[in-house]
Amino acid sequence: MNILYKAKRFGAIIAAAVLMQWSTSILAQDTIKVGVLHSLSGSMAISETTLKDTVLMMIEEQNRAGGLLGRQLEAVVVDPASDWPLFAEQTRELITQEGVDVIFGCWTSVSRKSVLPVIEELNGLLFYPVQYEGEESSKNVFYTGAAPNQQAIPAVDYLMNEIGAERWVLAGTDYVYPRTTNRILEAYLKAKGVADEDIMINYTPFSHSDWQNIVADIQRFGSTGKKTAVVSTINGDANVPFYIELGNQGVSAEDIPVIAFSVGEEELSGIDTAPLVGHLAAWNYFQSVFNDTNEEFIDSWHSFIGNSSRVTNDPMEATYIGFKMWAEAVEAAGTTEVDAVEQAMIGIEVPNLTGGTAVMNANHHLSKPVLIGEIQDDGQFEVVWETDGVVAGDAWSDYLEGSRDLISDWTEPTRCGNYNTVENRCLGSSSQ
Amino acid sequence: MQRVVLILSAVLVLFGLSGTLSTVDAQPEDILQAPSSLEEIVQSLATARRNEIPALVENIAELEDLRRRAFLESMLEGQIYFTREEQRVVRAVRIEDQFQISDSLTGEELGLVGTRAVGRVSVNNSLRRNLRLLIAGIDLEDEEPGIRLSAVEYLVSQAATESRELLLQLRSVESDDSVSLAIEEGLALVDLSSEDPLLRSAALDQLSGNLNNTIRNAIRQVAEGDPDPDVQAKAEDALSSIQNKVELYGYVQTLFFGLSLGSVLLLAAIGLAITFGVMGVINLAHGELIMLGAYTTYVVQQTFPNSIEVSLLIAVPAAFIVSGLFGIAIERGIIRFLYGRPLETLLATFGISLILQQLVRTVFSPQNRPVSNPDWMSGQWQLNEVLAFNYNRLYILIFCIIVFALLSLLLKKTRLGIEVRAVAQNRAMAKAIGVRSGWVDALTFGLGSGLAGIAGVALSQLTNVGPNLGQAYIVDSFMVVVFGGVGNLWGTFYGSFILGITNKIMEPWAGAVIAKILILVFIILFIQKQPKGLFPQKGRGMEE
Repeated sequence: MNILYKAKRFGAIIAAAVLMQWSTSILAQDTIKVGVLHSLSGSMAISETTLKDTVLMMIEEQNRAGGLLGRQLEAVVVDPASDWPLFAEQTRELITQEGVDVIFGCWTSVSRKSVLPVIEELNGLLFYPVQYEGEESSKNVFYTGAAPNQQAIPAVDYLMNEIGAERWVLAGTDYVYPRTTNRILEAYLKAKGVADEDIMINYTPFSHSDWQNIVADIQRFGSTGKKTAVVSTINGDANVPFYIELGNQGVSAEDIPVIAFSVGEEELSGIDTAPLVGHLAAWNYFQSVFNDTNEEFIDSWHSFIGNSSRVTNDPMEATYIGFKMWAEAVEAAGTTEVDAVEQAMIGIEVPNLTGGTAVMNANHHLSKPVLIGEIQDDGQFEVVWETDGVVAGDAWSDYLEGSRDLISDWTEPTRCGNYNTVENRCLGSSSQ
Repeated sequence: MQRVVLILSAVLVLFGLSGTLSTVDAQPEDILQAPSSLEEIVQSLATARRNEIPALVENIAELEDLRRRAFLESMLEGQIYFTREEQRVVRAVRIEDQFQISDSLTGEELGLVGTRAVGRVSVNNSLRRNLRLLIAGIDLEDEEPGIRLSAVEYLVSQAATESRELLLQLRSVESDDSVSLAIEEGLALVDLSSEDPLLRSAALDQLSGNLNNTIRNAIRQVAEGDPDPDVQAKAEDALSSIQNKVELYGYVQTLFFGLSLGSVLLLAAIGLAITFGVMGVINLAHGELIMLGAYTTYVVQQTFPNSIEVSLLIAVPAAFIVSGLFGIAIERGIIRFLYGRPLETLLATFGISLILQQLVRTVFSPQNRPVSNPDWMSGQWQLNEVLAFNYNRLYILIFCIIVFALLSLLLKKTRLGIEVRAVAQNRAMAKAIGVRSGWVDALTFGLGSGLAGIAGVALSQLTNVGPNLGQAYIVDSFMVVVFGGVGNLWGTFYGSFILGITNKIMEPWAGAVIAKILILVFIILFIQKQPKGLFPQKGRGMEE
């Protein structure tokens, strides 16, 4: 019996290996293909590799639970190599050649913008798991990361109301996400009565490593006696030297707190966080939130990746929520066909890892809670503030000229990603 | 006895002040009814809600229990936890995947527990500031004049010395001169907002020329709106003399920033000055050799986790050897077949750079690796209130000059140096007089690569250690070498410092992005005018 079982199992393994090697057209009907479009090499590999692994873990779990619609899921992993045009090409390949039913992918806004025309042309389905600048809503994309009103605005509110900040440094890397976010924040701060001379805006190139005089400037700006705070949209690599410089120049979080939107557990795992203690980050998820769902998720991540010191972070939760929602939508629709799944997605609820439930709204953005955490010396965050309930993601900011009047609603009868409520018309994809 | 009364009043003053800072929701009655022994208050931290903690902490500071300072200190350091099962408040120190817990007051060891068995007693920024104020209040009583001094200075700098009486009392019992002086400053600061114009005027006399930020802001307030025109004029004078000093020190600081950036550029470029400058090999993998040096630092720190303080001293030779060997392998394996074919060298070394990047991604991980800064590399050398030099930058500047001096000596004085220069100037003639040119090529390339490795050790202290480290520096390195003059070490030396300082002078008004662009434009124009750089190589055979 035992031998028979073993032989069977062995046979199954061989069969699986053979099937994986030769993905024939017969196989395509038997499995549901899930595209994974995250950079595994190049400058974004640092952040995106983790998300690829998260999707693989979710697929493995789903398959263990019997797959979807009685079929197994199969991951098709590609490497767009942090090369934005390559994202578009590989999206096309994934949909037309591999025939995937859904894609989980992208990190930077520019990669998403590159994928957008292709995914709309081929009517694919993309789940985008990273916080971003908003001002977009596509029928073919679900945004499971935070929109500015789910991260930046609550963060500024926290600094203003709880810390009493009166002067503001908006520091960012020079590209679309920080520029748009800072435009929104500047408009928001001015609407709250902050004077021009109390706002300092600074942009730096990607991977900027010499922060000496910018930190000195911030210190000078903050030395007028008014409480000063830094809102940082500094991206990726540049953060580490920035924080090291802050620590070395003795800028402590008690004097000038820095709140970051791109610094999470993963980014902190590369540095000694002792000098950063007390600086802040705003996210929808922190690994340190203690509850059963989260502990279970962390445990399965550790056993999947085989390393118990790996951390979890917000984009991973966004991937988790996106995947769960997609799986539920496929079950509900009874098919993986894009239009049916897209409609089934709206209104789906999935438990958050931090407690409560996330809801997919008609504008393809989530309702999620917003948390503010302070960096601890072990590289984790301690939650110091959270919104009372969930915040609905807003695709079009209420604080920007031109975007104020737009809404996104993909339910009947509107079916539009940029509906102008003043002129009562849909602008269509041309204006995106 | 007098001291005790004094301290209590100090704590009360601070209490009144800090109460307004924290977001305390607890009602005053709660505080009065709160348990009164240190043990009881500490224990109540386990179940307290986040917004109740500040009040409890203030209760602790009010107690006349000598253990309170140590407890507040541990709390400030974020070491106070509670066990999830028994809800007992403990002091916990993380040891890898576990916590070493001990009683928060007696220090009695309670063994090791898993990370999920304990939760941290929440400490946020405003509470941390309150803790510092409370500890400073306790420290006013300390035996050590040094501790009293820093306590007074901290309270002055946080503008937390609002009670004139308290300061007068402190002064009357203070025996140490420097502490007295600090108290005097605190008094003058209080006097700046007094009703009496004479007092304000006297305070200005005393504070004139003081660079302390809190004091400067207080003087600015007087200068902007004092009812007495004489006092206002005096304040304006005092302020402008302070501003002048601050501005002057600002220039010194910018100069230092420039020198520091220059030293980083020089370290990154010096290896290239050898491989590109002397040998003429366009080595696009130079950045990756820097990266290998940085990873060597990481490996050294992982191998000797208990000697972080000396890890850099081990890492420098180790990185030199690792990158040097990689360099020799690259030269012997690939580049030597491509001499005289610059385009193919360029493509081949670009390929090598990609291979090396992917290699560390596979071996280590695509994630950045944490490299610790030894204590002596962290912090600042504080010359005065507005001028300070970061130790890491300062040491790297010194280190870079040492490396440069040693390299110059090596090239000038040793046999290898002479042979290197001979081969560079005229290969055929060098061969004719018996120099093994192949061997010299390999060693020269190894030397240049080893220097890149050393640069990696320095950069590991400033920036990310990750697969992309090298890419960030390759363009800058070529820029420096071309600007300074190919084949001339002094050119590279001056080139990097000129570029560093120019960059730092431009950055404040142009912004980091524009400054970088302007520098590039400047170099392009310069090269048009002076194609061979700052210090063109002279000599026969150099013309073609």
